[in-house]
Amino acid sequence: MATRNVLQPHPSTPLARVFRQGEAVILGKQHQLRLAVTCLLAGGHLLIEDLPGVGKTTLAHLLSTLFGLQFQRVQFTSDLLPADITGASVFERESGTFSFHPGPVFTQLLLADEVNRATPKTQSALLEAMEERQVTVDGRTRPLPEPFFVVATQNPVSQLGTFDLPESQLDRFLMRIHLGFPDREAEHELLRGRDRRQLLAEMEPVLDLEQLQDLQRQAQDVFVSEALIDYVQALLAHTRSSGDYGTGLSPRAGLALLRAGRAWALLNGRSAVLPEDIQAVLPPVASHRLAVSVGNGDDRKAAADHLLAAVPVP
Amino acid sequence: MIWRRSDSAHPAAVTHLLPHRTLALLLLTLSAVALPHAVRLPVWITAGFVACALWRYLVARRGLRLPHRGLLLLATVAATGGIYLEYGTLLGLDAGVAILSAMLGLKLLELRRRRDTNVAIYLGYFLIVTQLLYVQSLPMFGYMLLLVWAMTTLLISANRPGGGAAPLEHGRLAATMLLQAMPIMLVIFLLFPRLPGPLWSMPDTDQTATSGLSEEMEPGSISELSLSDAVAFRVEFEDAPPQPRERYWRGPVLPDYDGRQWRQPEESDPALPVMEPLAGEIRYTVTLEPHNRHWLIALDMPLQMDVSARVNSEYHVTSEQRISSRLRYTATSARNYRLGAELRDDTLARYRELPDDSHPRARELARDWQQQDDAPDAVIQAVLEHFAEQPFHYTLQPPLMPDDAVDEFLFDHQRGFCEHYAGAFTVLMRAAGIPARVVTGYQGGEINPSGGYMIVRQSDAHAWSEVFIEGEGWRRVDPTAWVAPERIELGLAEALEDTTGLSALSRREAGWTRTLQLRWDALNAAWDRWVLGYGPNLQQELLQRLGLAGWRDALLAMTGAIVLLLVLIALLLFWPRTGRTADPAVRAWNRFCGKLAARGLPRQPQEGPIDYARRVAEARPELAEEVQRIAQRYVASRYQAPDRDANHQAALERAVAAFRPRAKRQKA
Repeated sequence: MATRNVLQPHPSTPLARVFRQGEAVILGKQHQLRLAVTCLLAGGHLLIEDLPGVGKTTLAHLLSTLFGLQFQRVQFTSDLLPADITGASVFERESGTFSFHPGPVFTQLLLADEVNRATPKTQSALLEAMEERQVTVDGRTRPLPEPFFVVATQNPVSQLGTFDLPESQLDRFLMRIHLGFPDREAEHELLRGRDRRQLLAEMEPVLDLEQLQDLQRQAQDVFVSEALIDYVQALLAHTRSSGDYGTGLSPRAGLALLRAGRAWALLNGRSAVLPEDIQAVLPPVASHRLAVSVGNGDDRKAAADHLLAAVPVP
Repeated sequence: MIWRRSDSAHPAAVTHLLPHRTLALLLLTLSAVALPHAVRLPVWITAGFVACALWRYLVARRGLRLPHRGLLLLATVAATGGIYLEYGTLLGLDAGVAILSAMLGLKLLELRRRRDTNVAIYLGYFLIVTQLLYVQSLPMFGYMLLLVWAMTTLLISANRPGGGAAPLEHGRLAATMLLQAMPIMLVIFLLFPRLPGPLWSMPDTDQTATSGLSEEMEPGSISELSLSDAVAFRVEFEDAPPQPRERYWRGPVLPDYDGRQWRQPEESDPALPVMEPLAGEIRYTVTLEPHNRHWLIALDMPLQMDVSARVNSEYHVTSEQRISSRLRYTATSARNYRLGAELRDDTLARYRELPDDSHPRARELARDWQQQDDAPDAVIQAVLEHFAEQPFHYTLQPPLMPDDAVDEFLFDHQRGFCEHYAGAFTVLMRAAGIPARVVTGYQGGEINPSGGYMIVRQSDAHAWSEVFIEGEGWRRVDPTAWVAPERIELGLAEALEDTTGLSALSRREAGWTRTLQLRWDALNAAWDRWVLGYGPNLQQELLQRLGLAGWRDALLAMTGAIVLLLVLIALLLFWPRTGRTADPAVRAWNRFCGKLAARGLPRQPQEGPIDYARRVAEARPELAEEVQRIAQRYVASRYQAPDRDANHQAALERAVAAFRPRAKRQKA
């Protein structure tokens, strides 16, 4: 499993430009950037779990810039209320009526920073909005903008005063990725280079909304053969029957694998999903659904790799 | 594996060892395993077992703590001591089962880890097997099979994380596994050498429980037996079965009399009377249910038997050993015979003996008849006519006759069962100076149409007389036949006015329940005959038919058959895999991978085609182009949307056929 495929999309495509520009900002994190874009193309939400200062926020910012998305950021704290996210009706004295003041969730890309610091009530307000793609306040349902993409970050180390997302809610995220420290060379470059914020501020969007939605549609149309479904099923079955995993993967996890696999295949310029695509997206898609919520990231990655190694490609 | 949920690391995990439902099923199943033993075990062990199971359930349910190890140790010592006091030993079958049951119960309070659960389940399996040492009936066997299946299901559930979630699936898996084990079980059952003798037999468990005819007779002994519809023995006739009136099954012959009880002689005359068969030889096979006494049964009069048996001067056939297990033998009898025609008057004295001053009224009556005509035939006729003409009743519920059973029966009550008639008749004969004795046995029998054999039940138990006629020998006289001819022709139920107390089977009522019962009996008979009765003799027969001589050949054949079966199973396991690669693209791809594997570059099973091609290309750059092309074609035909031109497949096959990687040259 040492070599993950890093097949390049055709350089002339807009996606190739996305990566060229992105890699200039996020140094040495090619694979994570690709996964994040995959997640966006698949229409899923992304959970980034890592230490502060490794570029979580920068990555979220970068995505919104590259794809020209509206960007909102909410710093989750323990006193954050659901209304702080969804918005609330406020009485206006002049008109004598209530009018709705939309919260930060009404955006195209929402960065939910340190999502595990908020109370479960606030978390679930966000997670419901993620799932339903709409918000209901005072009995009125308001749709969220299209596309709607949530990047949530979570700090795994400082556990004091945090509320870990339960497994059922982790399921709402299509992927969970780790950034990790940059390698020596990338860090050198980073330290030498200019401020990332400034770089981002100067950057022009590569894709417009229409192009993004077109790519998302293309991702949905990537072909999945019977043979590939057999493979995905074999993977799911193994997690249920081998006894190595606390809980097996659900059918929803299987659907998520296929959704992410399609986007990954598109990213790699393929018209059909291959076992390699599934293998590439399986660790971020499956690891947070496989293991119990306590435990460290290495274990979960090991679990995903173990699963891939155990199931032959039919 | 580190991410596996460990159940031993956290003490809090103790009560969550198994899901509640699985634990409850485990406790229920183990209780069901112990249940049949409860009839033999001391009450306190059964009660303790149930208490342990309940306790363990509450521990799981309420999150209580398991008892301290010290307490368990104390309970173990106490249980062992109790068993020693109860049985006087810790060895042997009964005490062994008691210990096993007690320890299994205590083990339930020690279920902390998966290992403990497994130990409890294995103990359960063992306890199931011990049940076979007591009861081997078909329903019990079915019950035990069910338990084995339940235990196997639980073994699977207990060893799968989150196992309680899919009991049905585990049940199916367990059933499949047991079915797969069946052929091997059959081979071992049929071919494992069965040696006669004590090597394989367990110590006799219960020598005291006797059933069926006893070896003495007094008023009430046979009528009591008649209430039972238990099978006494079954008979298969080689030709047509005899008529109902000829179905006299000879059991213990009782010549000694003390005024109330008829008994076998303590010592019998060593000289056997001459037995002269006249006509009507009949051959049949008897399967005798165990009765823990010595007597064997045969149709009047036996000529030959293929078991080691003794016959005494009464022509009563006995076995050397007590019949403590089902016995099967073939016998020949003669329906017409002359027995003891040569006997001299002086050797017959014992058959005229009556205790002094017993039955004064009966003696007087006999003397009257004797004075009218002292020819034995005339006296017999007079007695039988007396029974027929006087208001005698044939009944299962005769009044108590505490003082002089014969006189009170003959003159006061005139109500009795066959033992009253046979006893009174014999007394009258002796009083008239005619040698006579009581014969007990069975009369009748019912043909089971489902099995083509005859069932004789305890309710067919009967008693009759034999009188000695000068020049003719012993003649069978059945006074019951004169009082209630229906008893002989149609069976007990037809002869009785009041059948209350008689079990349904003995009443021979028609109807579908009856048919069902007869079918069930046929099934049981087959089970007894072919499964339980599969001993050294039947095995020998089978081996000869298979052309195997001796147990060495049998062992070889058994080993061979098992190996063959295992190989077959292994092949079957591989079968679906080769079957699933029906996709010709996969076959071509596998050929391609095989060619590379031969050159030291095997594909890892989990490796996708693109990854593999890249790895090969890195290792053998000169093959890169060809390998990449083949991989692309394979991907196109297997994973991509069906193309307008379906030539990927053909191109792939051609490319694979042309692909001939050469061995890598060693770099010097």
